[in-house]
Amino acid sequence: MLAYIIRRLLYAIPILIGVNLLTFALFFVVNTPDDMARMQLGVKRVTPEAIEKWKAERGYDRPLVWNSAAAGGAKLTETILFSKSVRMFVGDFGRADDGRDIAREIGDRMGPSLAIAVPTFVLGLFVAISFALLLVFFRATALDISGVVLCVAMMSISGLFYIIGGQWLVSKVWHLVPISGYSGGFDAAKFVILPVIIGVIGGIGASTRWYRTIFLEEISRDYVRTARAKGLPERVVLFRHVLRNALIPILTGVVVVIPTLFMGSLLTESFFGIPGLGSYTIDAINAQDFAVVRSMVFIGSVLYILGLLLTDISYTLADPRVRLQ
Amino acid sequence: MIQPVLLWSDALLFVLIAAIVALVFWARRQDALRAAWGRVLKDGMAMAAATVLAVFVLIGLLDSLHYRARLPAQPGAAARYAVEVLSALDALLSDLRQRSEKTYSAPLATHLFAREALENSTQREFPRLKHGGAHLGADLSNHEFDIAVRVSRGCAGGLLVWLLLVSAWCRWRGVAVVEMLKVGACRPAVSTHPGFRFAAGERNPQQTESGTAIRPVFLTLLPILLLFGIAIAVGGGYHVFGTDKVGQDVLYLSLKSIRTGLLIGTLTTLVMLPLAVLLGILAGYVGGWVDDLIQYLYTTLSSIPGVLLIAAAVLMMQVVIDTHPEWFATSAERADARLLALCLILGMTSWTGVARLLRGETLKLRELEFVQAAQAFGVGRFAIMRRHILPNLMHIVLIALVMDFSGLVLAEAVLSYVGVGVDPTTISFGTMINTARMELAREPMVWWSLAAAFSFMFALVLAANLFADAVRDAFDPRASA
Repeated sequence: MLAYIIRRLLYAIPILIGVNLLTFALFFVVNTPDDMARMQLGVKRVTPEAIEKWKAERGYDRPLVWNSAAAGGAKLTETILFSKSVRMFVGDFGRADDGRDIAREIGDRMGPSLAIAVPTFVLGLFVAISFALLLVFFRATALDISGVVLCVAMMSISGLFYIIGGQWLVSKVWHLVPISGYSGGFDAAKFVILPVIIGVIGGIGASTRWYRTIFLEEISRDYVRTARAKGLPERVVLFRHVLRNALIPILTGVVVVIPTLFMGSLLTESFFGIPGLGSYTIDAINAQDFAVVRSMVFIGSVLYILGLLLTDISYTLADPRVRLQ
Repeated sequence: MIQPVLLWSDALLFVLIAAIVALVFWARRQDALRAAWGRVLKDGMAMAAATVLAVFVLIGLLDSLHYRARLPAQPGAAARYAVEVLSALDALLSDLRQRSEKTYSAPLATHLFAREALENSTQREFPRLKHGGAHLGADLSNHEFDIAVRVSRGCAGGLLVWLLLVSAWCRWRGVAVVEMLKVGACRPAVSTHPGFRFAAGERNPQQTESGTAIRPVFLTLLPILLLFGIAIAVGGGYHVFGTDKVGQDVLYLSLKSIRTGLLIGTLTTLVMLPLAVLLGILAGYVGGWVDDLIQYLYTTLSSIPGVLLIAAAVLMMQVVIDTHPEWFATSAERADARLLALCLILGMTSWTGVARLLRGETLKLRELEFVQAAQAFGVGRFAIMRRHILPNLMHIVLIALVMDFSGLVLAEAVLSYVGVGVDPTTISFGTMINTARMELAREPMVWWSLAAAFSFMFALVLAANLFADAVRDAFDPRASA
C-alpha cells in the first residue's frame, strides 16, 4: 500500500505542473503584465512610468520564461515563470497587492474556514444519510414520494436564498445570533451556528436524493433478499447490510471533498463576514488581486489531488476486498 | 421601420432551436428514440414541467428578436437608428419598460418608498408615484377595491383564454370538454419514477392515441394563464412587483432575466458538447497515448476548483474586453460578448465530467460484438466511432444536457454575486439579486426584487429539474431495468 501511495503522489506531480502552466498561461500570456497594470491603475491616462513602477513593485518586470540578460542558471530563475509559478511548489506564494505575505495569510485564515466547514460537512452527511435511510425504509409510500418532492424543491432553490433568508429570519427578525462577524475561542459558537445550519439545509436536498438512489440500487441486490429470507427485520437489513455496502459509492463522492474543506465556502464566508479562505478569495477576485487568486487555484488543486488519494485509501477501509497495488 | 440586430447569442440560440426541431423530426423515425420520448410524453409530471419550460422558452425567444428602432426622421437626412438595442419582448412590454419611477416603491404601492421634501411644504412626505395608481387620482380610498377588481378581471380573462384553448383542443381531437376535465378520470398513465410506479391507467379521453398526457398540460396552463391575466390587468395600473433602485419595474426585469438564464443553461452545454464527445470517444476507442494524453488533460482541468478556474478565466477575459473597446459597436454587443465568453468558460471547465463518462462507456462498447463485427468487415476507425459508437452514447449526452441546465441557471446567480458573472448591465437573476442585496440592511426592508428574482428562478429550475428527471428515467437503461 505504501508503494501505491508513493506512486500516486508521483502521478500528482505532472498534474500539478499542468495546473501551474495553465494558470501561468491564463494570467501572464493571455494578458501581459502591462495589461494588468493598466487595469489596476485605471485604463485612462496611465503613464508608461507608472506601469513600470507597478510592475517593478510586484516583480512582474522580468521576462516571462527566458531571461537572456541574466547569467548562467539565473537565465531561468530570473523570470516570471520561475519566481511566480515554480516557487509555489515550495510554498512560496509571494505577496498580495496589499503587501501581505499570502502564505501567512492563508495560515491565519484556515482556522475560521474549518470552524464552519467541518461541522457543516459532518452534520450535513449525518442528516442526509439518515433522511435517505428513512425514505428508503418507507419506500413507495406517500412519505417517500413527498420526501422526494421536497428534495427536488429544495434543490431548486438558489443557495443565495437560503443564506439571505436565513440571515433575515434568524438574525433580523428573531435576533437570536449576530448577523455576521467572527471571534476566536468559544465565542465563535454564536457566529458559527447559523452558517452551519444554513449550509446543512442548503445541501440536504441534492445529497438526500443522491443517497436515496444509491440505497435503492443496493436494496435490489441478492444479498438483501437473502438477509430478508433469513428473517432479519428490515431495520437490521438497512443498517447492517445496505448501509455498509452502499459505503463505496458514498465514499467516492464524499472523501474527495474532505481536503477541500480547507478552502471554505465562498458564499457563506462572505455573507457572514467570516475571515476565512473563502472570503479571502472573494475579496481577491473583487479587488482583482491576481497573485492571491493564482495561489488559491494552486492550493485548491493540491487539495483535490489529495482527496482523490484519500478516496482510494478509504476504499480499503470500507471494503476489505479492495487491494491497492 | 426598424433595423433588425442579430447578436451572436441570438444566432446561437436560433441554431439551437433549429437543431432541436430537426432532431425531433429525426427521432420520430427512430423506433428506440420514439419509445423513450413516448415514456416522457406519458409522464404527467414531465409534461407539466415541460409546459412551464415552454412558457419560459417562449419569453426567452421573444427577448432574442433584437432590433434598433428608427429615430424620428429629419427631412432630407438618411434614416437613423437608435443606439439602444431592443427586443420583441421590450416592444410587448413597452408600457412596463417606460413607466419608471424615481426610486424604490413597494409592490402595488401608490407612493414612493422613501420620504422626500415636497416643493410646497416643509415636511418630508412620501411622494406619489408617477405611474403606480396614477389613474386613481387624488382619492385613494378605493385603492384596495381597484386592485380587487383588476385581479378578478385578470382571473376572468385568464380563465376565458384557458377555456378557449381547452375547447379548441377538444374539438380538434373530437372529445367532449366534460370528459376531458372530469376529476379522477385520469391517473398518470405510467410514472417512470423509480420507487413509486402507478398502475397503468385505462385509456381515457385525456390521452391521445399515443398516450400523451395532455391533461397535466392544460392543468398547468390554467394557473399560468391566470397569473398572466392578473399581471396584465394589475400591471396596467400598478407596479406588480414594485420598482427597484432606479425605479425600473421589477416584473419587467424578471421577465428580461429569463433569457439570460436560458442562454447560460443551454449554450454552455452546447459549447462543451463537441469537445467532450470528441475527446471522450477518442480516449475510449483509440486508447494508448491518446487516452493517456486526454486523461491527463481532464484530470488537470478538473483538479482546479471550478469556481476558481471560472473566476480566473473571467478576470482575464474582463481585461481583454476592457483593453479592446474598439471591438464592440454598441454596449449591447459588449455585454453579449461577455455573456458568450462566460458560457464558453463555464463549458470549458465542465466538459471533463461528460468526457469521463463517455470514455468509460466507449471502453465498454468497444468490446461488444457489433463493434468487433464492424472491425472484422474492415470498417475504418473513424467510421466505427461515428456510426457505431456515437449513436449509442447519445442518451448520455442528452441526459447530461438536461441535468446540467438547472445547475447552470443557479450558478449564474452565484457567479454574478462573486463578481465574475454576466456584465453588470445585462439583466439577469444574478445581477438583480446582487443589487437588491445591498438594500437588505434598510429598515423597512426592500424585499420585492429579491422575492421576484428568487421565485422566477425557483419556477424555472424546478420545472427543469422535474423534466430532467423524467428524461433521465426514460433514457437511462439502468433506471428502466
